[in-house]
Amino acid sequence: MHSYNLTHLKQLESEAIFIMREIASQFERPVLLFSGGKDSIIMVRLAQKAFWPAKIPFPLMHIDTEHNFPETIAFRDKMVDEVGARLIVRSVQDSINQGRVAEERGANASRNNLQTTTLLDALEEHQFDAAFGGARRDEEKARAKERFLSHRDEFGQWDPKNQRPELWNLLNGKKLPGEHFRVFPISNWTEMDVWQYIALENLEIPSIYFSHSRKVLDRNGILLAKCDFVSPLENESYTDRVVRFRTVGDMTCTGAVESNAGTLEAIIQEVASALVTERGARADDKRSEAAMEDRKKEGYF
Amino acid sequence: MSDNHISSEKYLNMDLMRFTTAGSVDDGKSTLIGRLLYDSKAIFQDQMEAIEKTSEKMGDGYVNLALLTDGLRAEREQGITIDVAYRYFATPKRKFIIADTPGHIQYTRNMVTGASTANLAIVLVDARHGVVEQTNRHAFIASLLQIKHLVLCVNKMDLVDYTQEAFNKIVDDFETFSHKLDIPDIHYIPISALKGDNVVTKSEKMPWYDGSTLLYVLENVHIASDMNYVDCRFPVQRVIRPQSDEHHDFRGYAGRIEGGVFKPGDEIMALPSGFTTTIESIRTMDQELAEAFPPMSVVMTLNDEIDISRGDMIVRTNNQPHVNQDIDLMVCWLNDKPLNLRGKYTLKHTTQDLRCIVKDIRYKVNINTLHRIEDDLQLGLNDIGRISIRTTKPLFYDNYRRNRTTGSVILVDEFTNETVGAGMILT
Repeated sequence: MHSYNLTHLKQLESEAIFIMREIASQFERPVLLFSGGKDSIIMVRLAQKAFWPAKIPFPLMHIDTEHNFPETIAFRDKMVDEVGARLIVRSVQDSINQGRVAEERGANASRNNLQTTTLLDALEEHQFDAAFGGARRDEEKARAKERFLSHRDEFGQWDPKNQRPELWNLLNGKKLPGEHFRVFPISNWTEMDVWQYIALENLEIPSIYFSHSRKVLDRNGILLAKCDFVSPLENESYTDRVVRFRTVGDMTCTGAVESNAGTLEAIIQEVASALVTERGARADDKRSEAAMEDRKKEGYF
Repeated sequence: MSDNHISSEKYLNMDLMRFTTAGSVDDGKSTLIGRLLYDSKAIFQDQMEAIEKTSEKMGDGYVNLALLTDGLRAEREQGITIDVAYRYFATPKRKFIIADTPGHIQYTRNMVTGASTANLAIVLVDARHGVVEQTNRHAFIASLLQIKHLVLCVNKMDLVDYTQEAFNKIVDDFETFSHKLDIPDIHYIPISALKGDNVVTKSEKMPWYDGSTLLYVLENVHIASDMNYVDCRFPVQRVIRPQSDEHHDFRGYAGRIEGGVFKPGDEIMALPSGFTTTIESIRTMDQELAEAFPPMSVVMTLNDEIDISRGDMIVRTNNQPHVNQDIDLMVCWLNDKPLNLRGKYTLKHTTQDLRCIVKDIRYKVNINTLHRIEDDLQLGLNDIGRISIRTTKPLFYDNYRRNRTTGSVILVDEFTNETVGAGMILT
């Protein structure tokens, strides 16, 4: 007998497409949050598949801290062009200029937390009622508690203790005016699934994911790239190392890992033998044990 | 968590199994999950260091593996699990999604949620205490939600000297109860999650047990036939009309196959209109398909232009679902505010949204004894009962036993918009 069996990656793909189609149909103004990182690249591919042969029926939006790696931004613009999507960019610098938020001070200052205000302002400005994100439950323990469809109140807050139960594949997107939802179609994907899918689909990704030579400084075990936004402390100095980045975030808080992985196959091998989670090199998560939960409650990605 | 050490070739051929874990307080559920994750190398060094640090801070005196799954601050502080947590691991054969459901607070609500998409349920019993009320409750919920495979793990065998008598007694007790259930495939495994006996590696302490280890069962249980490949069901999520130069006249129906196998040329009927035509093509962005089966997400084009929109269902002409406005459900209540007899709720079923009125509460189920309660008909949080509803429009559905997707509904409060009830269609 002929076996009707989908591989796990095809099942995850189908699940994500199903969710995207549900949201595009249940909501009036969805938006896809796009950072140029590998997870959001996959999200764009899934959105193309979900609505093919029509175009993606919602815009992409990037909350730009202006502390990004220039390679990521160049990649973002190229990709948006190729896909033929509409990109909205809202900048944390503008929020600072408008006095909506104040820049953090000190050696470890980061714009990571400030993004929340810019994001919530942008959602309100465009009246977006559903924002797709590429967060995965395997990334971080607070994210392991997320739903596919995550309710946010009129202040953009997440209430993890009072989430709507999610049964079967029935997504309840009903809400009151002013509220919105965050939607995480690749919740069930692991880091390995993401890399295997990138290889399977032959997707382009920013060059900083691949091994390259770069000046970095070592701060509490996190290798920060040399840039205008990080000032070395006393006793800190730059050295040339062969590195790559496992996640794409701000240059101020995204650590590099020493690596010779210059191809997708080599990255997959490296991920396969990794001893540390991909967010292990993110200084933003190391601030406290509940750093992610606290940011998420306030409306972070 | 990682999927480690698996070659790409194997990785791309794995299938997917979703399972729930349920147990009472202190029966070693977290230890068991920790053991599975550990032994399949799915725990990273930084995660391990983080929980070691927290265990030390809380003065546990040992590495508390429960902290791996308790992701929220309140959970760690109170030492309890509040909400379903999802965990991932893989072996070269399968990829696993664990829905880890808490043992006490809002127990039923969480287990029903976790069980709704699971292929298999693991129920843990403490070898010293044997089958307790909670064991039966877990098994009943697994049965009610139509999980086809159940593994009863008799844990802490090390504390009863690994004796066969202790194990056999529990198996006999459980069988007495499980006869009343609707679970076709039940496995019994004596384990010690703490010591690792029969979890991943076969125990040398229990030569009298000639069955499989837990991981072997998880890897080899036959789940491919759990889906319905007989009754063709395609709920339409969205009509795709690109209106571009390249696809000027394209009109496709996007959705996921929820039952049966569809092929181009098949004669189909659209519900509720009842119009019939044939399938022109079944496509994805990658290819044109010769056949489509659950749970594929596809786009279907038809040979005649008939009126179809979101919420409609495409079925085979010779195999139609029930169409009815008066429906009986087993409902699990998920909200503090009890079910309101004669109350109106929004009802979500496949891709349809409609409204319903609760016409009758037939009985409530005592989930420990399975007895019907007919003198107290208030359905409150975590209660399960049989109700009759009438919907504003006809529903096209199957019995939940026949199809978990076309046979399930949720009830939504019209004022708070919360999901308040989970319903399984009986007739």
